Amino acid sequence: MSKLTRDQVIRLAALSKLHLTESEIKKFQAELSRILDYVDMLDNVDVSGLEPTYQVTGLENVMRDDEVVIQQASPDELLKLLPDKKDRFIKVKRMI
Amino acid sequence: MATELKNDLFYTWYKIDELVKAVKSGSKTAESLVNKSLELAKKFNPEYNVVISLLEDKAISRAKKIDEKVKAGENPGRLAGVPFIAKDNFLVFGAETTAASNMLKGFIAPYQATAIERLESEGAICIAKANLDALAHGTSTENSDFFTTLNPHDKTRVPGGSSGGSAASVALGIVPFALGTDTGGSIRQPASFCGVIGFKPTYGLVSRSGVVAMASSTDTIGVFAQNAYDGSLVMDVMSGKDDLDSTTIEKPIKPISQLDLNLKGKKIGVVKEYFGDGLDKDVAEIVKNSINEFEKLGAEIVDISLPSLPVALAVYYIVVPAEVSSNLARHDGQRYQYSASEANDLNESYEKSRSQGFGAEAKRRIMIGTHVLSSGYYDAYYKKAQTVRTKLINEFNDAFSKVDFLAGPVAPTKAFKVGENDDDPIEMYLQDIYSVAANLVGVPAISIPCHNVSGLPVGMQLMAPQKSDASLFALAAQYGEMK
Repeated sequence: MSKLTRDQVIRLAALSKLHLTESEIKKFQAELSRILDYVDMLDNVDVSGLEPTYQVTGLENVMRDDEVVIQQASPDELLKLLPDKKDRFIKVKRMI
Repeated sequence: MATELKNDLFYTWYKIDELVKAVKSGSKTAESLVNKSLELAKKFNPEYNVVISLLEDKAISRAKKIDEKVKAGENPGRLAGVPFIAKDNFLVFGAETTAASNMLKGFIAPYQATAIERLESEGAICIAKANLDALAHGTSTENSDFFTTLNPHDKTRVPGGSSGGSAASVALGIVPFALGTDTGGSIRQPASFCGVIGFKPTYGLVSRSGVVAMASSTDTIGVFAQNAYDGSLVMDVMSGKDDLDSTTIEKPIKPISQLDLNLKGKKIGVVKEYFGDGLDKDVAEIVKNSINEFEKLGAEIVDISLPSLPVALAVYYIVVPAEVSSNLARHDGQRYQYSASEANDLNESYEKSRSQGFGAEAKRRIMIGTHVLSSGYYDAYYKKAQTVRTKLINEFNDAFSKVDFLAGPVAPTKAFKVGENDDDPIEMYLQDIYSVAANLVGVPAISIPCHNVSGLPVGMQLMAPQKSDASLFALAAQYGEMK
């Protein structure tokens, strides 16, 4: 089931917000298919009666108190680290 | 002198306890230790490409503060003045953190990793950030976007990865310990290749806050050290619950650094499936012989089987890319460092930034992850893998009801040549075949240096049940003393 088509690779790239060149499409089609071929060995593993595991130490619904915590750094220190700013504002790219 | 020469090439540090005692008594200054480390980093780096950035000014000014504390009679901490190197995926406030990826090159950390914070609050001093495979994807550091680190024992070979720079820095003796991350073997395999102790803790023992995320359900923070005592002390300081990482667990009641395990009557299970096809013959022999040496310490060596171990890597290469694809979604060209300059709208900016900023391995993992999580494939891949994970966990629990430790090799080969595996992703993935199970199951695991095979180090891997982290250091300490 694992062989990926060219269209699937293009669709996966689009879902991943990646733009692939023609040579990348070919390369990834082959490589991703090989990786999926490898993981196909799980098809033969019997897991009847078992549930999936998503958390290995058994913790559930970990909460903390809803308190304001004073950060280590002051706003002035943080402003110094910005790649681009105007006065005390963070400069970002135009979005729309 | 804080260090002594070994083999006319590498440096061995005095035990951290002794260094700290000397700093506290004033017989050595923190500044002299930091200067020695910086000097060694500058000496070795041109040859081995170990570190990405030096934190010289910051480290020296921190060292001076420790020395002032000592003079003022204040307690400078359990790691006072001890220099260390962090893999460059740990955030150190105000310092560049690149994860060896073009995506983050130039990124200045606006906060600090909990692990770094805890070490610094006990007086340890971060002197540099070490090279790794970009975003911790890889097993050789060849996937670093900047340069490949070379193996201290043979410069034509890789140091392993992804934490290759950290492993090499401890092997060379630039620092007494270094931090790494281990998602599928990224501490243990380079430790094996470089001949140092490499420890991956129980999942959740050390906070992941402030560490560039790879796969959240298997990422762990661990240590490289020149001896087991140092490693256990560092783990003790870093471990415990953190409000900034909800998956953290309580610090063990008995300190990790209290290494008083009596091996008499303890059982070490040699895992049959670890010694099958694909394992280098020399590695198999040296690892088996080394495991048997624990008999001299009173342990009983028995055979044991984990039938699902051969499919662990397939589980890993579904679960991990799935989590990688989610975690790397944040690198969109808007929130972090790299951003493509020529984009007409937001969508184009996302696509261009990600296509230009990520290397081929990140793209592979993102697309595999996207595929196995996508509608129509989720059950067949992701859910199936997580269910096989349960099967693996059950087999480990069953094994640990019969034995105290599980043993086998760390990786299928010795350090391989630079360029040997770099055009084949599957070959590179196979390096992790013996190490990923510990991550999927969440148990602690250690790589302990055995004897060298034709000049190259080889490590053996020992695993213990969750939260028995200290016992692995105890094993390593007793083995080290016997050798």
